[in-house]
Amino acid sequence: MSDYNFAYLDEQTKRMIRRAILKGLAVPGYQVPFASREMPMPYGWGTGGVQVSAATLTPDDTLKVIDQGADDTTNAVSIRKFFERTAGVATTEETAQASVIQTRHRIPEAELSEDQILVYQVPIPEPLRFLEPRETETRKMHALEEYGLMHVKLYEDISQHGDIATSYAYPVKVEDRYVMDPSPIPKFDNPKLEMAAIQLFGAGREQRIYALPPYTRVVSLDFEDFPFEATKAEHPCDLCGAEDSYLDEVILDDAGNRMFVCSDTDYCRSRRDVGHTGRLGEQAA
Amino acid sequence: MYVAVKGGERAIDNAHAWLAEERRGDMAIAELSTGQIREQMSLAVNRVMAEGSLYDPDLAALAIKQSRGDLIEAIFLIRAYRTTLPRFGYSEAVETGAMACDRRISATFKDAPGGQVLGPTFDYTHRLLDFKLAADGEVPKAATAAPRMEPTPHITEFLRGEDLIEQEPVADVVPGDLTREPMRFPAGRALRLQSLTRGDEGFILGMAYSTQRGYGRNHAFVGELRIGKVPVEMEIPELGFAIEIGEVELTECETVNQFKGSKTVPPQFTRGYGLVFGQSERKSIAMALVDRALRWEELGEDNLGAAAQDEEFVLSHADNIQATGFLEHIKLPHYVDFQSELELVRKLRREAQELAEHLAAREAAE
Repeated sequence: MSDYNFAYLDEQTKRMIRRAILKGLAVPGYQVPFASREMPMPYGWGTGGVQVSAATLTPDDTLKVIDQGADDTTNAVSIRKFFERTAGVATTEETAQASVIQTRHRIPEAELSEDQILVYQVPIPEPLRFLEPRETETRKMHALEEYGLMHVKLYEDISQHGDIATSYAYPVKVEDRYVMDPSPIPKFDNPKLEMAAIQLFGAGREQRIYALPPYTRVVSLDFEDFPFEATKAEHPCDLCGAEDSYLDEVILDDAGNRMFVCSDTDYCRSRRDVGHTGRLGEQAA
Repeated sequence: MYVAVKGGERAIDNAHAWLAEERRGDMAIAELSTGQIREQMSLAVNRVMAEGSLYDPDLAALAIKQSRGDLIEAIFLIRAYRTTLPRFGYSEAVETGAMACDRRISATFKDAPGGQVLGPTFDYTHRLLDFKLAADGEVPKAATAAPRMEPTPHITEFLRGEDLIEQEPVADVVPGDLTREPMRFPAGRALRLQSLTRGDEGFILGMAYSTQRGYGRNHAFVGELRIGKVPVEMEIPELGFAIEIGEVELTECETVNQFKGSKTVPPQFTRGYGLVFGQSERKSIAMALVDRALRWEELGEDNLGAAAQDEEFVLSHADNIQATGFLEHIKLPHYVDFQSELELVRKLRREAQELAEHLAAREAAE
């Protein structure tokens, strides 16, 4: 594939994206506008993440791509193939082996380290978007730190449902300044947003990049009497027995039988490799 | 078992092979050449060039063939290819007043210098299926005449003499480029026009139609619609002057709109403007109407709250590649998010049921 530049994008474009990334890292949680390019995959399918990864990758990197926590979901396969073809970088499914991890909707269960970069695909970067559809307004609200509307929304949830009715893309406050959308990760993953690795968020269609430098303070919005709670299905993994991982629910038959399995396929496999097993682990193996 | 399903990669490869087979269709039927598409599906080619923002009929024809005739998919192929092309520079503004017109009509004057030229239009055809075409497509030669040599000035120029139509101020600023800079609001007219000309024809049509039906009505007359070729010139730095590098076919529409005047401007006509690659009449007229609707603020008109007056609304939703991508992405797996919603709904239902039972018990006790 010599027809395209390393990692597909031309160097000018990569430089433009890197500048946006650096600005994002300098102002954690702030959405930096960037001139998103049309990519050979559709908007909404990870073009922001792909552009950020392309600007981040070097030939020595090892890339891991996950979607819903899994390496083998079709779009993860497609994006991994894209970089294998256009960048020729090594790829892996092992979280610890990867230097760059592109993800959609999950943070890996294994703790990430300082020499890793986690790239998120973001559909709607604006946490205030569904409260105020206008970009001109929401930018003002961020500038003035005018986040009352968000607290009112959370309060109304509690008064109507007895609970905050947001279970994914749960808003966070970064270093006590910007309210940020962590992308549609389940709120179970929110506590993991404070980590050693660099986190980069790319929204291609919406032309925004934002970032969290290592060890940035990230607080999920809540109230003193309604503290934030990371939730998951109250089961252990049926394959590896893990009780601390986020689970997918799988319908087994039309009699209502289901099983719960780790959404992070690498985490589940590595646990089974060292002998852990769950309720259905034997049959599945 | 579902969880054990591996091989997304093989599934993708097989799906692509099947797609290629479906695209080709029945092998007993002769294959379509890109030349045939370019020549005989030229309005589809024009739409792909306009919304793909790349003037190349051969590539547009190839994209239509590859996309099985799905024009939005074809536009996507062109856009994705276009972004990989190096940018040598920007051409000079084209002079549409010097257009070699194939078609030029005005709805505001019965006749004007340059004349009314119908050109190759569907306008007065009776929409009856022509079954002869199913058998053979031979057509008799159309009558020809010598090309007119005199200039074909813009119709709106004739209104300028009496100061009856607004003057477009000559701006010396280089217009922005929405393919190179992120869109910001307010965008300004130059960027609005860029966005509209590559916007989805159906969307722009719907927006324009809504103004006609009263959502931000602006009383448009088609002052002029012209279709033809114009030369494209570009200044070559090594030469220090502009040379002609090719020609493009364009459709230009100028609407003449009523304007009651404001505190500072006496009553006069205003304009809406549409300019689109290829023969794209519907699009250019619609573009002119939407352009005019979006100008309410600069003309000191009222914001009627109409969708077509709302710059952020129109420009954010006009691009069919963005729209279709985001719309169709909801077929990608979302089971992590859905799982968290499942847990939430179960929890809320459990709490609601407990509350109901509690209330029922209390009522029974009373």
